Amino acid sequence: MRILLIDDEEELVSTLAERLSYRGIDADWATSGKEALEKVTETSYDIAVVDIKMPKIGGIELKRMMAEKYPGMKFIFMTGHGSEEDFRTGSEEAGAEYYLVKPVDIEELTRKLKEVLEK
Amino acid sequence: MDSKWNIIGNEGFKFMGKMNASISHEIKNVLAIINENAGLLEDFTLMAEKGMPIDPERLKALAGKVQKQVQRADRIVRNMNTFAHSVDETEKKVDLGEILVFMAALSKRLAAMKGVALEVTPPSTPIAITTNPFLIENIIWRCLEFSMAVAGPEKTVIMRVDKKDQGASILFSQLKGLSDASSHPSFPKVLENALVESLGAQIVVHEGNGEIELGLPETIEH
Repeated sequence: MRILLIDDEEELVSTLAERLSYRGIDADWATSGKEALEKVTETSYDIAVVDIKMPKIGGIELKRMMAEKYPGMKFIFMTGHGSEEDFRTGSEEAGAEYYLVKPVDIEELTRKLKEVLEK
Repeated sequence: MDSKWNIIGNEGFKFMGKMNASISHEIKNVLAIINENAGLLEDFTLMAEKGMPIDPERLKALAGKVQKQVQRADRIVRNMNTFAHSVDETEKKVDLGEILVFMAALSKRLAAMKGVALEVTPPSTPIAITTNPFLIENIIWRCLEFSMAVAGPEKTVIMRVDKKDQGASILFSQLKGLSDASSHPSFPKVLENALVESLGAQIVVHEGNGEIELGLPETIEH
């Protein structure tokens, strides 16, 4: 499994990627929609974990752009914003497989990544 | 309550809500980073229990990262506190340079979401006026929000305060998009006019120069 973590907080995604690697998951990271779009042209990822609120290209817009080019790719949204209920509804409408509210529980993320991939 | 104060009251709640939502989002991000660093520390401990040595340099770096985030949270909370207390007095002597720096810090994340950078050119000597602190923050935000929408390709809004004969003025510049009137809504509108009237201020839009000027009296009149 190869995943791409995308969030404008570099320290968050880099630490998450390291922790996932200790759980046997190959994780790469990007700190902007632009960087993520460059990475997906170079490497094939199974799942993208995307922060919904990012400068310039937001998570939903990024998902639409990536899903158009790579239809097999799956998405998990994460956010620190708004109510969990609103976010869940929004994620479902945007077609994400799952959603996470920050701070992220690493064991929950690991479990969900495996579940999403097995779907 | 007359309609002007209804408009200002409603806008005040919206302004407060928008800033608080942005602040809470930033605090959530800080907590998420601290959470991951604490988790990483736990991972190292679990690995050490299985016989893998812990590199002291990694631990030192992790402690430094947590301290950095605590300092960041402290800055955010201090701004939040300053913002909350701006409603305490309806009339107060305020340093406009300090208010601009404060508003730039408060709006930084909202600006970044739009891909806009905010810059403040500080005055050489302090420029103070007596005004309503919350209402002046609100009108600066309204000018700033519009300025971000017309920031042009450089995507930088520069704010500056100048001393004037009967008060001061705040200039929002580098607004290249102002020259194309068809691409943006009119400004100021009813809401900004209500704020401007209550502060005894005025807004002048210099389309050709790409600037908005907020003129402020030395003392607010009742």
